[in-house]
Amino acid sequence: MIEAENLTKFYGPTAAIQDVTFQVERGEIVGFLGPNGAGKTTTMKILTAFFPPTSGTARVAGYDVLHDSLQVRRRVGYLPENVPLYMDQTVSGYLCFIAEIRDIPRAQRKARVAEAMEECGLLEVQDRLIGKLSKGFRQRVGLAQALLHRPEVLILDEPTIGLDPKQIAEIRQLIRNLAGDRTVILSTHILPEVSMICGRAMIINKGRIVAADTPKNLTARLQKGFRIHLEVEGPDQEAILGALEGVEGVRCVQRERTLSPKAAAYLVESEDRRDIRSQLARTIVERGWGLLELRAQDMSLEEIFLELVTEEPKEDSAQESSPFV
Amino acid sequence: MNWLPIYKKELRSYFSSPIAYVLFFFFAAINGAWWFFWDFQRYLILSIQATQNPYYAEALNVNEMVIRNLFGNIALVLLFCLPLLTMRLFAEEKKNGTYELLFTLPIRDGETLMGKFLAVWTVLALMLALSAIYPGVMALLTNPEPWPILTGYLGMLLLGGAFIALGIFVSSLTENQIIAAFATYGLLLVLLSLGWTSGWVGITAAAVLKDLNIFLHLQEFLKGVLDTKDVVFYLLFTLFFLFLTLRSLESKRWRG
Repeated sequence: MIEAENLTKFYGPTAAIQDVTFQVERGEIVGFLGPNGAGKTTTMKILTAFFPPTSGTARVAGYDVLHDSLQVRRRVGYLPENVPLYMDQTVSGYLCFIAEIRDIPRAQRKARVAEAMEECGLLEVQDRLIGKLSKGFRQRVGLAQALLHRPEVLILDEPTIGLDPKQIAEIRQLIRNLAGDRTVILSTHILPEVSMICGRAMIINKGRIVAADTPKNLTARLQKGFRIHLEVEGPDQEAILGALEGVEGVRCVQRERTLSPKAAAYLVESEDRRDIRSQLARTIVERGWGLLELRAQDMSLEEIFLELVTEEPKEDSAQESSPFV
Repeated sequence: MNWLPIYKKELRSYFSSPIAYVLFFFFAAINGAWWFFWDFQRYLILSIQATQNPYYAEALNVNEMVIRNLFGNIALVLLFCLPLLTMRLFAEEKKNGTYELLFTLPIRDGETLMGKFLAVWTVLALMLALSAIYPGVMALLTNPEPWPILTGYLGMLLLGGAFIALGIFVSSLTENQIIAAFATYGLLLVLLSLGWTSGWVGITAAAVLKDLNIFLHLQEFLKGVLDTKDVVFYLLFTLFFLFLTLRSLESKRWRG
């Protein structure tokens, strides 16, 4: 549905994105993750035919964004980061205006606008001026605008920003409901959002895609070692630390915090993703210490994200040849 | 035909804010109360005197004494009114972020531009229609020739179109409406004063500058003469700046 090949965009001498290549299949929900200025919005603006890439090509629904930009625009619904609203229009007036430009036949216009308002929970404010609405409602008006013509492709730049938790949950549900035959690309700062909504995540940093996979696989594959959370009770914490480090297959041990004068929590990381839980348990019990808790810990998406985007430059080349790109 | 929604939206937005009404008021007040009735009153006094003095009677011409002045004044008021209407056209879209919406909707840049241009032009036409009350009053009391009035209005529409095109172009360069308005004033005043320098630039240069003066092309219209040269000047001027606007919109996106 969406094919991007070697997209590069320069703003003057600085590259916003470089050699971005990816594909999105019909019906997929893909999340763009990345710090501010990583190139998420730039990529989206290219896909929506707002501006052309400096080099590389992108095709949306089979149409080239540069040569068939009107065809692309017809098939894409776009919610930019700054929700584009006319403050002096009413909600329904604004949506009617969009419907008119979108060439929705006159007979269907009213029904379609009403439908979009209902989907986004806007019926109660349909006659209010957009300028008088709260941020949450404005965000929803923006979303209704993007959905109005039932596009094949939805591109949403930070769709849940500025909403309260209840609204966030509603919007997420709405996006999930939309999926199916529709393709959705969304960008976000909120990592759990990706694991919740998206079938696939692409992590973008400094204009390059550094990883792309399902959130689950990303979590699993990017873990360098197996991590175990331990809580141990014993008289001498230094001795415990030493004993844990002595277990075969342990890469490093960290004392996380002290729980009581006698007990402390530790984080043990194993080498080569080896499961060393039984060895650790045996070591502790054999020395007569109390094993209060032992649990394998998944690396959260946050940690993976931070790890990827704070990578040292020298590791960049290794990243590119990694299987996640 | 996809310019129509943009046209309607812009027109609605002028009339849903006070801007159009305020401008209409000042336009009517300045042209009417201030200049028109002053001129007209002078004409009426002269015509009373003319009943005693045949020499005056010969010099009396309502078209020359009142109507030509009226159009001159309207042109000047337009110079101050139209930049206030055009300043927001693209600057506001950029500031609001709706720029991004406009250029990801399935509509060509040219259609957007056309919708916006025609919307302001319609407001201009309404303003001019409002001013028709003065020739109307005159027609009740005297016998003006209708033809110079018609060409005068045509000249106003063409001149206004040129102002609007320039104003839209400037608006597409900035996201600050105030800067757009003042830069438009600056350019229009330069175009107004071209040719005033004829004393010291040499004969050829003076002639060229005079031809570029945006107001001097109005003279023939006000006399009731429809000269192709002047019509073409205004049309080319308008198209040239609309073309520049398209280029400016395009380049904004190439450069990000």
